[in-house]
Amino acid sequence: MTLNVERVSVALGGTTVLGQVSMTVPDGGFTALLGPNGSGKSTLLRTVYRARRPDSGRVLVDGTDIWAMPAAWAARRTGVLAQEHHSGFEFTVTETVTMGRTPHLKGLDRLSRKDHDVVGQALEQTGLTRFATRRVGELSGGERQRVLLARALAQQPRMLVLDEPTNHLDVRHQLEILELVRGLGVTVVAALHGLDLAARYADTVVVLQEGRIVADGSPSTVLTGDLVRDVFEVAAIVDKADDGLLRVTTRPLRSGRVR
Amino acid sequence: MSVAAVRVRRSLEAATVPYPMILGVLGAAVVVSVVVATGIGPVRIAAGEVTSILLHHLGGGGDTAANADLIVWRLRFPRVLLGAVVGAGLALAGAVVQSVVRNPVADPYLLGLSSGASVGAVAVITTGVSALGAMTLPVAAFAGAAAAMAVVLLLARHRGRLLPLRLILVGVTCGHLLGGVTSFMLARAENSSAQQQIIFWLLGALSGANWSVLGAPSAVVVAGCFWLLLRARRLNVLVLGDEASAGLGVNASRLRLELLLVTTLLVGTVVAVSGGIGFVGLIVAHLARMLVGADHRRMLPVTALLGALFLVWADVAARMLITPTELPIGILTAFIGVPFFLLVMHARGLAAEGSP
Repeated sequence: MTLNVERVSVALGGTTVLGQVSMTVPDGGFTALLGPNGSGKSTLLRTVYRARRPDSGRVLVDGTDIWAMPAAWAARRTGVLAQEHHSGFEFTVTETVTMGRTPHLKGLDRLSRKDHDVVGQALEQTGLTRFATRRVGELSGGERQRVLLARALAQQPRMLVLDEPTNHLDVRHQLEILELVRGLGVTVVAALHGLDLAARYADTVVVLQEGRIVADGSPSTVLTGDLVRDVFEVAAIVDKADDGLLRVTTRPLRSGRVR
Repeated sequence: MSVAAVRVRRSLEAATVPYPMILGVLGAAVVVSVVVATGIGPVRIAAGEVTSILLHHLGGGGDTAANADLIVWRLRFPRVLLGAVVGAGLALAGAVVQSVVRNPVADPYLLGLSSGASVGAVAVITTGVSALGAMTLPVAAFAGAAAAMAVVLLLARHRGRLLPLRLILVGVTCGHLLGGVTSFMLARAENSSAQQQIIFWLLGALSGANWSVLGAPSAVVVAGCFWLLLRARRLNVLVLGDEASAGLGVNASRLRLELLLVTTLLVGTVVAVSGGIGFVGLIVAHLARMLVGADHRRMLPVTALLGALFLVWADVAARMLITPTELPIGILTAFIGVPFFLLVMHARGLAAEGSP
């Protein structure tokens, strides 16, 4: 599924959070949004999964304006792993993942064999099968994050929107979750903090600074020492690792205490 | 079906007791309780005789003694039924409000519904207006509840959104203001009989029950229950929060508005005929969650049945504890409910972080 963001602007309390942002993610592409805290990554994603209506501009999936369609229509196409204040601790893992079927179901519909299959597969893919009957409140932060991903997978989306998907995850699970997402073959838009992760998994990186896109393109063209220093205010050495992939090493511009 | 899918189905049905059995047992308990409770009173009537009188009136034939028939059919049965309906309605409304504001200590009155109803009812009692005959007080109470909710919704709405914290703050504040109005009218009430009447209304009582007041609440509670079941899936999603709801295709603010309008209808009609019976709406939903889990599709029917059961017996206690006088039922719901709830909570080891 192709995503087109066309000149989207959002203001919060009189401050411009996003100014005329445009980008395109081709079908099956993986685009990483990079930028320091407060650069507008989450807000941009929120306009894509229908949590915040843009003040102007359009968000199109396969040419259709998602804000002109019913919420469930969008949720049948786009799965979301957002930064949630975790709640719903009293539900079991299976109950939570089953909620991913919501946009596909009406009122009193019972779960079909297919629904059960989809949920079972999502649990398996995320390694949660053995937690199926546990309550979400009993799980660790990383396990909860995987529950949220499983819920998004249960939507059977053709596009995944991920906001800091590697939050709360240990190194192994960070890599696993992105490997998994990459392997699905669906369109992916992900806000990432780790420049290395972006370089490794994204086809395209889009760099945001103060609500505007300052660079976009392939990781190797965009992620230069100059750009990282200008946008993130850290010193960076960008080189190739043994496996041929981009490696970004960062250190503070000045050593000493955090100001 | 894949192995994983079988496992999913099993884990969704993992309750120690099968869900249909829980529902069946509770349903049967409500029916039996209604019959037994109808027999209890200053004049004791055996459950068998109650059954034959009821069957007679419901078209099954059978001979009945005129006196017992009057007591059962005219006086007690409508009252017991009203208890069941009010209990179910308040319990359902409590479950909904707890999920709407994502707060386990919420109850149907949190958003000012009962305070609004009280102002309407107390105004009728103190002024002695009777423009609509016997229906004046219920209509005024309903109007009060509806008006209070309308004001709360208008004030809580912010940039087209309806968020839990704002709802709670506005609801509680308006509730206090309306409570002040009620207290003022109570303090200014001319005679002690009016004051007595007001106190009874504020604490709740089913003594006004008869066939004519039963219709509206019954219809609303049955229809409300069905409507809520249609939205049970989305209610689950709502508990996850606004971001998750957006991602799952649920417009959280609009769903909250719809749910609160239905809650207003439920609580408004119920409180109009029974007064401000407390505690049922707070605690019954928690009992249901402990029994069958948090999934609204499972817990809403159980909540309704438990609420009915609880209030039928609370009313029996209210009628019988200090015969021949009657206690306001709100006192009994607290006296019976609190120890019972704490006992169950202790037994089940409810985690503090448990409910929505």
